[in-house]
Amino acid sequence: MLVNRKLILAHFWFAFAVFGVALTLGAWQMFIRSPIGTWLSNPELYYRSLTAHGTVMGYVFPTLVAMGLGYAISESALEQRLVGVRWAWAGFWLIVGGSIMAVIPIALGRASVLYTFYPPLIGNLFYYLGVVLVVVGSWIWVALMSINLRIWRKAHPGAPVPLAMFANVAGSYLWAWTAVGAALELLLQIIPVAAGLKATIDAGLARVFFSWTLHAIVYFWLMPTYIAYYTIVPRAIGGRVYSDNMARIAFILFLVVAMPIGMHHTFADPQVGAGFKFVHSAFTALVTLPTFLTVFTICASIEIAARLRGGRGMFGWIRVLPWDNPMMLALAFSFVMLGFGGAGGLINMSYQLDASIHNTQWITGHFHLIFGGAIVIMYFAIAYDLWPHLTGRELNDLRLIRTQLWLWFIGMIVTTFPWHWVGILGMPRRMAYFDFGDPAIAPQALSVTFSAIGGFILLASGILFLVILARGMRAPQAEAGAYRFAAAVHQSATVPVALNTHALWVALMIALTITNYGYPILTLATTEGTSVPAVYVGAQ
Amino acid sequence: MSAEETHHSADVAARVERRWATIFVIVIVMMAALAAFAGIHRATMPQPRVETTDPSRIHLSGEFVESNLGSVLEADGNVTVRAIGQQYSFTPACIVVPADTPITMRATSADVVHGILIQGTNINTMLVPGYVSEQLMRFTRIGDYLMPCQEFCSFGHEGMWGKVKVIDKSEFANRAKAGGRLSCVGE
Repeated sequence: MLVNRKLILAHFWFAFAVFGVALTLGAWQMFIRSPIGTWLSNPELYYRSLTAHGTVMGYVFPTLVAMGLGYAISESALEQRLVGVRWAWAGFWLIVGGSIMAVIPIALGRASVLYTFYPPLIGNLFYYLGVVLVVVGSWIWVALMSINLRIWRKAHPGAPVPLAMFANVAGSYLWAWTAVGAALELLLQIIPVAAGLKATIDAGLARVFFSWTLHAIVYFWLMPTYIAYYTIVPRAIGGRVYSDNMARIAFILFLVVAMPIGMHHTFADPQVGAGFKFVHSAFTALVTLPTFLTVFTICASIEIAARLRGGRGMFGWIRVLPWDNPMMLALAFSFVMLGFGGAGGLINMSYQLDASIHNTQWITGHFHLIFGGAIVIMYFAIAYDLWPHLTGRELNDLRLIRTQLWLWFIGMIVTTFPWHWVGILGMPRRMAYFDFGDPAIAPQALSVTFSAIGGFILLASGILFLVILARGMRAPQAEAGAYRFAAAVHQSATVPVALNTHALWVALMIALTITNYGYPILTLATTEGTSVPAVYVGAQ
Repeated sequence: MSAEETHHSADVAARVERRWATIFVIVIVMMAALAAFAGIHRATMPQPRVETTDPSRIHLSGEFVESNLGSVLEADGNVTVRAIGQQYSFTPACIVVPADTPITMRATSADVVHGILIQGTNINTMLVPGYVSEQLMRFTRIGDYLMPCQEFCSFGHEGMWGKVKVIDKSEFANRAKAGGRLSCVGE
């Protein structure tokens, strides 16, 4: 029962439109700094592009996808009309307004500070205010998800919350809390300086605040993908969820342990001591658990689908899976990329190994493989799956859809594998130019060229994606029926209270954040003489 | 399928799942224990201590004044290197060090956030203004190493490349006889 289709479509269309723009910028960046590009005489243009690419891909695109999917889940899984539709539209327009407000100073070269801000570099005030508006808009969504679930609970006392909604609300709480780190950095530190009220800033403290957001935000990006793994894929390929309880445990673990681990981004930093670096490293190891559980549960769930289709043998069942189904294909690609990306991630979070790849192209390769690969390919699959329900029209060009998914997968591998390799060779990140004539850098030229080609394959795939969706808006009308989620093999009538509510876990998330961040933040905030003069970007 | 069979298969499912979870909890505990062991036993860990310095005064007094930057042979035979990063270069731009010698590099930033990465090694640290970064290093191979800034530091970031020159131990000792701070700038 999707009533507010326009609202959801608006979120998806704006998300995918800005994704298209940012993807184009990304491909251009890959090209211009590769040996096949010509020397960009003004490197500053590269950093404008990079700031726009990161800001859109990090803050705007995944947030809107999570929001749109969240509204769709709320209406279809709870089978109740969305309460607070006007607020939802207000949130949407705040994000649109914030995005425009942020992008104008970027385009003018007044905010080339990258999406990670990097104080004491300070850009134009309106860039930061735009980002704040985007976050505020998304917080309205968080509140609406919570309110809608509460209304449903009142009408269904004691009943198990549908898994999709349980996960969706967990994701929204994770986002609300992880955004607080960057919000504190912006409101307490950066914005007063950008507004001219202060002239100094503690760069070390700012990095710690940002790390609070920087890691868990990835798990927020991941949430729609994991929701699709558990509640959409098994239904789409004719299987069942292996275990409803284990799915809930995975989402709860993400909520609790995705948060207090961000300082593994500051292993190489001088403002954090070894003790907290180790604690965060150990907690990061822990956050692999929900992913390991998910890999097991989802593989078991698709095995069920294969057995129902008559699959036999230890591995023989893999052959009878519905490989022509885009959802099956997307899942397989997503898992392969999650496997490689996750293995790389274990190196990044390692207390000892991180030093060999910190801030090299390895890191860029890593998060493009995880986010752009494993996560975004499932965003595509979600859009394809939901589209007929949103437009009331057919979306049946499966061949084209499969081509798009294949291109994205190939493009992502061709882009990120050489990227990892040059990272091991020590190639630094975020550079507008490399002197491939230098004999020490020349061996990296071939790998960088491959990456650039991969970037264009990705661009082709992205354009194809937009074309498929646009054609879907004009296809013949067809009623898609109610939007449904996968059922579990053993659906019990009751779920333990701990697996049916969020309060305890939210409390634990906040408590763990305070124990893992409280002391470092307090010491840094009270250490004298660490505030340094701001350096204004675009002022020279 | 009878109700009893359903119940039995649910039990099997739960048991398999628990086994899988147990295995991975053990894997995770092992990973953390290994990191702790290597940290304590081999002292391999990220920079442990927090030291502060005022970037607006580093050029006036203290260990990062210009005359104190570069490499120095200490009385115990170890070498200390002091360097700063600023938009868009390192000082000294070429660091000279001996091979097979314990070296302590102390560095900071004079303006924004920079980073030091020595290619072909695992020497990699952030330079955050207001704080001192310290890296322990030891080179076994003589030669030149590129040392790019690995953190975005504004429009000239792509041009911020330094160099590390590792020379023979005795040659370094010879150069150090004259006293002062050594570097390979201009060589």
